[in-house]
Amino acid sequence: MRMRPPAYTKFRDVQEELEKSGAAIFRDADGVESLIIHFPYSINYIHSYAEDSPFFLSLAEGRLRGSKCRKVKCGFVYATPRSHCMVCGTATEWIDLPLQGRLHSWTTCHFGSEAFLKETPYNLGLVEFPGVGSVLLARLKDCVESDLYIGMPVEARFDPNPRYSITDVWFVPSR
Amino acid sequence: MVTGGVTKFAKAHPAMDFRLMVKRAYEYAAKDTPALSADRIDGSRISYFSDHFSRQLKAASMVQDYLGLNPKGSVRIEWGGATGGECFQAAYEAVASGRMEVCLAAGYETMSRVQTWKGNEFIALASDTNFDFPLGGFYTGYYALMVQRHIYQYLRLRKFAHISDEREAQRQAIAEGSRIMSLVSVKNHLNALHNPYAQYPKRLTVDDVLKSEMISYPLTREQICTMSDGAAVAVLTSEERAKEFTDRPVLVTGVGTGTDTMRLADRPFGKVPLLPHERASDYEDLPYPGVHSFRAGRAAGLEAYRMAGLTDPRRELDFIELHDAYASSEIQTYEDLGLCKYGEGYAFTERGDPFLKGIDYGFPTPHAGAIPVNPSGGLIACGHPVGATGLMQAVFAFWQLQGTIPKHFGDKTLQLNAPKRGAIHSHAGTGSAVTVSILERGFR
Repeated sequence: MRMRPPAYTKFRDVQEELEKSGAAIFRDADGVESLIIHFPYSINYIHSYAEDSPFFLSLAEGRLRGSKCRKVKCGFVYATPRSHCMVCGTATEWIDLPLQGRLHSWTTCHFGSEAFLKETPYNLGLVEFPGVGSVLLARLKDCVESDLYIGMPVEARFDPNPRYSITDVWFVPSR
Repeated sequence: MVTGGVTKFAKAHPAMDFRLMVKRAYEYAAKDTPALSADRIDGSRISYFSDHFSRQLKAASMVQDYLGLNPKGSVRIEWGGATGGECFQAAYEAVASGRMEVCLAAGYETMSRVQTWKGNEFIALASDTNFDFPLGGFYTGYYALMVQRHIYQYLRLRKFAHISDEREAQRQAIAEGSRIMSLVSVKNHLNALHNPYAQYPKRLTVDDVLKSEMISYPLTREQICTMSDGAAVAVLTSEERAKEFTDRPVLVTGVGTGTDTMRLADRPFGKVPLLPHERASDYEDLPYPGVHSFRAGRAAGLEAYRMAGLTDPRRELDFIELHDAYASSEIQTYEDLGLCKYGEGYAFTERGDPFLKGIDYGFPTPHAGAIPVNPSGGLIACGHPVGATGLMQAVFAFWQLQGTIPKHFGDKTLQLNAPKRGAIHSHAGTGSAVTVSILERGFR
């Protein structure tokens, strides 16, 4: 027979015990005991970029592509590509975006979700391009919080070892 | 609405799973209205945001089961951060359509089952996983991008327009915006000192808020809500049946919802949909909504106000329970809901309009009491167990309109003087969906 898991009155201690043995008892201020276990969960999705695929394939070639509504009277241009126009519903075509733009907004993240904590602090920017109706969210590198301002000229850089992710492109201050 | 109940929101409730939490909130509502029993309920609408948090799919079925409501009709409601607000409106629709006469709206979230930063990951999975999530998976980062642009649009380009050095002008504008956002944080935490259900009641100074940990520039820890465990329920009935349950019913006189693009990057730069008390000339040359405002909030307000017959919410609403996941989004939402014009949110805050009269916040609030926002303490101080939050707002608004805050809070400080009409406002990720519901006193 297994021993009863150890009981703790501090939740932090419960968490430490879970790391060690996978089970612990939490005893609250009223003496109520709750059995707490580790319950892991992980999955690898077979994720298709589907209609967004050409964008991610282009990043690997050092190209930044947006999309443009095929309807002449609309012609909306997207910096973050959409395969159908959000204004009129018409299919779009792929276009090359300029590699220089300006910061529409920015922030420096000192935290992030668990998967990105090791990368903090990191900068995020919304980048606007001349003649383009929407913007693009990307990481900003080679700069720190105090360098950044709205309107700052930035230019794209591409990962020479692409991971087929939006992180294959980032922006740096224009020289 | 004839009754409601909430559990105290807490960092963790390890001795209660989601079923028992909802049961406790339901028992509170039933105790307040002894006529309420399972056999008088026609069905339910049950809300929780994420299956990831409890790793139990179809958990709403287990709530229905635990409450003993089988085999009556029920459906799970999920709409991101606006889950609770949508659940309230789903119950309203079940009654208004005639399908049910008595409908239970119940919501919960148990966010303590994972570590905080894993929880942030789950929340961020409610952003575009191709284009947004892989950049950091961090909602606070998205709201920081939005408030930076709001500050630029309305402080840099207006109050600090006279400064020609661009970087210096932006630095001063951000400092000013941060200071004013901190007033909101102080307000909500301090109001919550009188609310026994709140998770983080405390007295703070502006300096405390500004000096708390930087999370995503310029948003600091005390300007951001936290994750919580909690549950809330509201019982809605037809007007005819309401008197069976209470002599102090509250009427739902307006419901509105709005939506916007999932990605911030896709938000258009168009024109402002005007409220009755606004003019097109107020907003010439204002690119709208961009990333600085919540078009979904404006759309939800427009629909709810129209249905309730409101033409000037500044005068016609006595209070609002507003989805302040961030101090920044509370200020942005003042403008969306027409409490002030777009661009006036900072001045509106500084004048004290959304503050309560009779509370010393540690700084002047000359207009206090004009239209109290988050008299309960809001999400920032009460906590944000997502699926329960919008229903918690409904319960607090219900008690305000009944005049029963002193009874339920054991403290009369937060009870407004005979309020007639209030609004509750629930908001999903970056403003991709918003609900507004108008509640009115339904008795003399």
